[in-house]
Amino acid sequence: MNSKDKINGIMPGNRVDLFVEFIKEASTNLPPDVRKIIEKQKSREEEGSRAQQALGIILENIEMACTRETPICQDTGTVIFHIHYPGKESTLVLRRELTDAVQKATEKGYLRPNSMDSITGENPGDNTGIGLPVFFFDETDHDELEIKIMLKGGGCENVGAQYALPHTALNAGRDVNGVKKVILDAIVQAQGKGCAPGVLGIGIGGDRVTGALLAKEQIFRDLNDKSPDLLLAQMEEELLEKGNKLGIGPMGFGGLTTLIGVKIAKMHRIPASFFVSISYMCWATRRKSLKIHDNKFEIS
Amino acid sequence: MKEIIHLNPPNIDEKTIRSLKNGDMVSITGTIVTGRDVAHKYLKDTFVLNHPSQQEKDVLDQLEKHLSGGILYHCGPVVAKDENGKYRFTAAGPTTSIREEPYEYDVIKLLGIRGVIGKGGMGAKTLKACEEFGAVYLHAIGGAATFIAAKVVEVHGLLKKEFGTPEAFWIIDVKDFQCIVTMDSHGESLHESILQNSRKAQEELNATFK
Repeated sequence: MNSKDKINGIMPGNRVDLFVEFIKEASTNLPPDVRKIIEKQKSREEEGSRAQQALGIILENIEMACTRETPICQDTGTVIFHIHYPGKESTLVLRRELTDAVQKATEKGYLRPNSMDSITGENPGDNTGIGLPVFFFDETDHDELEIKIMLKGGGCENVGAQYALPHTALNAGRDVNGVKKVILDAIVQAQGKGCAPGVLGIGIGGDRVTGALLAKEQIFRDLNDKSPDLLLAQMEEELLEKGNKLGIGPMGFGGLTTLIGVKIAKMHRIPASFFVSISYMCWATRRKSLKIHDNKFEIS
Repeated sequence: MKEIIHLNPPNIDEKTIRSLKNGDMVSITGTIVTGRDVAHKYLKDTFVLNHPSQQEKDVLDQLEKHLSGGILYHCGPVVAKDENGKYRFTAAGPTTSIREEPYEYDVIKLLGIRGVIGKGGMGAKTLKACEEFGAVYLHAIGGAATFIAAKVVEVHGLLKKEFGTPEAFWIIDVKDFQCIVTMDSHGESLHESILQNSRKAQEELNATFK
């Protein structure tokens, strides 16, 4: 266990400093569940193969980034916050403080200045702009404030997909098998673009917006957990196994490890629409949680 | 394990490139240049499709100096500046190369590039450029940003700073930057063969969903 898997402490005077530290952790220290699965898969790949070499370099990089406190991947992506807040917190203040922290983290080199005007291409240089960083707020009925962060790189975000069933070309109908077929297709389509081995977050149902959001939320889940829904848990297991039989492998070099996780959730839909939304996250699955309660904090 | 082949850009001759085959491991020591989306569009729009101004021609001269017989790296780095104002790469993995597919043929031809480093491979037109002009596509490990930044021993300078940090041309010295050849100068692409195999596997696996 890495000594930095969890960081605990008493709240500092200025909350923004803690938020900067939190962003640094997300960018430089990969979650332990992700690290462990990559280590396990490295030992499974053929000795001396390109796949094993690639995973070896990935692991070395993870270690170096953590020690040097530099970004695991230079594409620090879209900065996304999901915030579960008690009623006494102001979302306006949280938004302001976290934006401030994003600017400071960019200045310190934990984040690449990624934000750019979609038409003029102008880059303000501090990761802010219209709609950036991204915030989702949910009020909770207890006293703890939880901020989750995800750094979603562009290479993997670009290969996310949304299929509408039925899908004629793939012979995928409006049933469980149809869902499985389009998911497999998304993995094949992602090769060479999103950095494999990756994690799939999948949302079945909803509309085009809520389905995509549900899919991306699944990437926050620990890689070792299972869906509480028995059928979905079975699908997760089957698609992980079958996805790894596609032979794409780390970096698309061929090999046994194309995926390190498949996480599925469902929501209701209306009769006319049947969407399967897929969010692909690269091996650099950068996500962290910050819990604040009773003047204490924990980053994990 | 295979023997490692050493490349020293910008002095790479065609014969060396033609001797490379997919799966070969190369180690790069020398000067290379980064360039990605904005840079590629700029090169094609300015020098291939239009008549460049003298100012732009000067930029081209600078680029040619480092890229003729040299290596272009698809990378948008994180760059730190020390107290003396000197730049240093802190994170510098490859970006997805396929986005440059509409431009790369012309860019390889324009600058006489011998190697393109990126991730994920490129398409038929780039493969054709590799065959026609004697170039290879070199695959770095996607996401290995700190690891690769440690191979960047010096930042020489940058061109087109106004493109922003990720998009500017950074001229850098690298030492022992290892990559795998995945598209050679003989019309072969490792990516294409893995894609075909995975499509076949997909069909077989689809039949198991019953």
